[in-house]
Amino acid sequence: MSNSEQNTNEYRRKFLAQSAAVAGLAIAPGIILNQVAHAKSDSDKATSANRWGMLINTNKCASGCTDCVTACKTENAWGSVDGNTSSETHSSKEQQAQWIRKVTITDKQTGHVQSLPLMCQHCETAPCVDVCPTGASMKREDGIVQVDKHICIGCRYCMMACPYKARSFVHEKLELQKATAPRGIGTVESCNMCAHRVDKDQDPACVEACNKAEHGAMLFGDLKDANSAISRELKKHGGEQIRADLGLNTGVRYQGL
Amino acid sequence: MKKPVFKQIDGNSINYWMLLALLGSFVLAAVGSHFYMEHGGHYVTGMNNQIVWGMPHVFAVFLIVAASGALNIASISSVFGKTAYKPLAPLSTLVALALLAGGLMVLVLDLGRPDRLIVAMTYYNFKSIFAWNMILYNGFFLIVGIYMWTMLQRNLNKYSKVAGMSAFIWRLALTTGTGSIFGFLVARQAYDAAIMAPMFVVMSFSFGLAIFLLIVIATYKWTDRPLGDAIFKRLKNLLGIFVAGVLYFVIAQHLTNLYATEHHGVEAFILRDGGIYTQLFWYGQIILGSLIPLAILYHPATANSRSAISVASIFIVLGGLAQMYVIIIGGQAYPLELFPGKEVTSSFFDGMVNTYSPTIAETLLGLGGIAVALFMIAFAVKVLRFLPESLADEAVDPHHSK
Amino acid sequence: MMSLRQFAKHLVVLVGLTALPVLSNAGELGPVPPKAKMKASEKTECVEPVGDMRKNHMEFLLHKRDETMREGVRTKTHSLAECIDCHVTPDKKGEFARYGDDKHFCSSCHNYAAVNVDCFDCHSDLPESASSKLRTLNQKNPHHKMTEGGKK
Repeated sequence: MSNSEQNTNEYRRKFLAQSAAVAGLAIAPGIILNQVAHAKSDSDKATSANRWGMLINTNKCASGCTDCVTACKTENAWGSVDGNTSSETHSSKEQQAQWIRKVTITDKQTGHVQSLPLMCQHCETAPCVDVCPTGASMKREDGIVQVDKHICIGCRYCMMACPYKARSFVHEKLELQKATAPRGIGTVESCNMCAHRVDKDQDPACVEACNKAEHGAMLFGDLKDANSAISRELKKHGGEQIRADLGLNTGVRYQGL
Repeated sequence: MKKPVFKQIDGNSINYWMLLALLGSFVLAAVGSHFYMEHGGHYVTGMNNQIVWGMPHVFAVFLIVAASGALNIASISSVFGKTAYKPLAPLSTLVALALLAGGLMVLVLDLGRPDRLIVAMTYYNFKSIFAWNMILYNGFFLIVGIYMWTMLQRNLNKYSKVAGMSAFIWRLALTTGTGSIFGFLVARQAYDAAIMAPMFVVMSFSFGLAIFLLIVIATYKWTDRPLGDAIFKRLKNLLGIFVAGVLYFVIAQHLTNLYATEHHGVEAFILRDGGIYTQLFWYGQIILGSLIPLAILYHPATANSRSAISVASIFIVLGGLAQMYVIIIGGQAYPLELFPGKEVTSSFFDGMVNTYSPTIAETLLGLGGIAVALFMIAFAVKVLRFLPESLADEAVDPHHSK
Repeated sequence: MMSLRQFAKHLVVLVGLTALPVLSNAGELGPVPPKAKMKASEKTECVEPVGDMRKNHMEFLLHKRDETMREGVRTKTHSLAECIDCHVTPDKKGEFARYGDDKHFCSSCHNYAAVNVDCFDCHSDLPESASSKLRTLNQKNPHHKMTEGGKK
C-alpha cells in the first residue's frame, strides 16, 4: 500500500470513528431519557422518587362541561352516565358516591363566575390519613392518597376530616364492579388518581378525557420531576391550592382561582 | 363513721321485672335496627355523604362522655378523700362502666363494617385520636373494673386509692380524647378548636352526675331505702357547679368565635339562622339544659324538693343530648368553607346547608344504648352488692350539720 | 350386661345413623368446582400446584393484595383478577354463575366448607369482559336479570 493510500485509510478510519462518537453522543440522551420515561414496569413498586400531581386551569374549564366527571364514572363504574341508572339503586342522591364533581363558584363581590372539577386533593399531610383509626386511609409512597378497603371499618371519620368533602361512603350492596376499581358496601372511597392507570404510565381517566376533547384544562405528571410538563407549567405560571391556609401541600393545584 | 353495709336489692317485685322487660324491649329494638341497617346497607338511614354521623353518634358520644363523668363520685371519694361519698363509690363505677358499654355498643353497631371490629382492635394508626380512643375505652373497662373490684372485695380495699387515682387520670385522658375527636378536625368551621377537649371534660362532669343522681334517687325510692338529705344536698350542689361550668365553656367558645370574622358564618348559623339547630341550641341546650336546672338547683323554693331536683336532672340530660346534636349534626350541616367569600354550588351539595332526617331505625339504635346501660345497672344491683343499705344522714356522715 | 343381640342392634343403629349423611351425598363426597378456562402451563394446572393452591390460596391473595394496593405492584402472579378471569367461566348457555351460587368457582368450595369470604363485597366475581357487558345492560334496564340462581 502506498503512503498516500495509508494516509487516506487512516483519515477515513478517524472520520468514521469520530462520526460514530458524535452520533452516539446525539442518540445517547434519547436512549437514557427513554429509559427514565418508561421506568415503571408491573413489578416495580411505587416510590417516593415520584410525586404524582394534577394542575387544573380554571380559565380553560367550561361551565357546562362534565367530561372529566363522565370519564371517571365510566372508568370506575360509579354514578349514572347519560341518565342511565347508577349502580347505587337504593341510595338517595345525598347518599350516592361522587368521586369528582364540577363546582361552580360565584364571587359575591364581583359576580365573576368560575367552574372547576374538585376531587381528592391528594394532600401531602392528608387529614384523612391522620385520623383513620386502622390506617386504611393511606398515602402511597408516590403521593397517591387512597382507602385500603380491606381494613376499612366504615367509621366515616375520614369523611368528617376531609376539608374538600372528597370521600364517599357506600350505602348499599354493589355488583359488577370493575376489576380495576373494587368498591363495596360499608367502606369509604374516593378518587385515587386512577392509580391502576398511573401504574401503567397512563394519565388518570379525567385528564385523558379532557385532553381528548381538546379542552386542555387538566395536566397530570410527576411533581418531583423538574422536566415534566406539569412542573414546568407550575414554575412558569404558578398554581394554587384550595384552602391553602390549611397547609396541606396538595398534589392537585389550580390556576385562575 | 359506721362502715356502710352493702346489700343487693330484692328484685322480686313485678315492677322490677317490668322495668327489665321495658329496657329489654328497647335493647331488642336496637339490635333489630342494627341488623336492618347492616343487611341492606346504610341507605336505610338518614345519614348520607354530607351528614355522615347522625343520631346513633349523638347518643353514643353522649353516653361515652357521661360514662367518664359518672365515675366522678368514686374519684372524689378515693382521690380527694371526701369520705361522705365513699358509700356511693361502687355504684359510681358500675354506672360508669354501664354507660360506656351502652355508648360503645351503639358506636360499633353503626360501623359500615362491624364484622371488622377485630381489625379495629389489631391495626392501629397511632396518629389517629380515634385509635387512641379505642385504647382509652378498653383501658377504661380494665382500670375501672379493677377499681370496682378493689372496693367490692374487702381484702383489696387498701388498693382502692391507687386504683381510684389511676381511674381518675385515665378518665380525664379518655374525655379529652373524646373531645379531641372533634377538636382535631381542621376541616370544619364548627370544630377545630382546642376548647373542645376541656369542654367535653366539664360536660362529662355535668351529664354523668345528672344521670348518676337520677339513678340514685330512683333506686332508693323504688327499693324503699333511706336517702338522707346530707348526701343528697352534696350531690345537688356539685351538680349545680358542673352545670354552671358547662355554661361557662359554651359562652367562652361562642364569644371567641364571634370575635373572629372567619367564624361569623358558622356562628350565625348556630345562633340565629340554623333552624332546628338554633332552636336546639337556645331552647334545648341553654334554657332547658342549663338555665332552668340552675334555677331549680339553687332557688330556695325548689332546692330542697327531690322531685324538682329530679326534673332538673332530666332537663340536664335532655339539654346534653341537644348539645350533642348541635355539635355533631349542626357541625356537619354547615357547609365546608372551600372558597371563602364565594357562593358555591355543585352536584355534590357543596356550599349549602345539609339536611338530615333521622329515621326510626337509627334513633332506636341510639336509644338502645341507653337501655343497655340501664339494664346492666338494674341487673347488677340485684346480683352484686353495689348499693348501700342506707344513705340516711347518720349512715353517711354522723357529724353532719343540720 | 348387654347381650350380644342387644349389642348388635345398637351397632346397626349407630352405623346406620353415621352412614346416613354419607349415603345421602352418594357420589359427591366433596365440592365440585367447575373447570377453568385453561391450564396455567403444561406442568401445573394452576399457577401453583393444585394442592398448594387449595391449602394456601388465601395466603397468596392476602400477600398480593397488600403488594398491589399499597405498593402498586401489578404483576399477574396471584392476582385476584387473573384468578377470576381463568376460573369463572360461562356455562353452556353462555351465562355466568355469581358468587353465592354453588356453580361459581369460589362458592363451589366455600359454600361446601361454609367459610364466608367478603372479597366479593368489593371485588367483581366475574371476568371483566363479562361484567362490562352486564354493566351496560344493567344501566339500560336496572331490572335486567343477570343470571339464574345468582345471589349475594
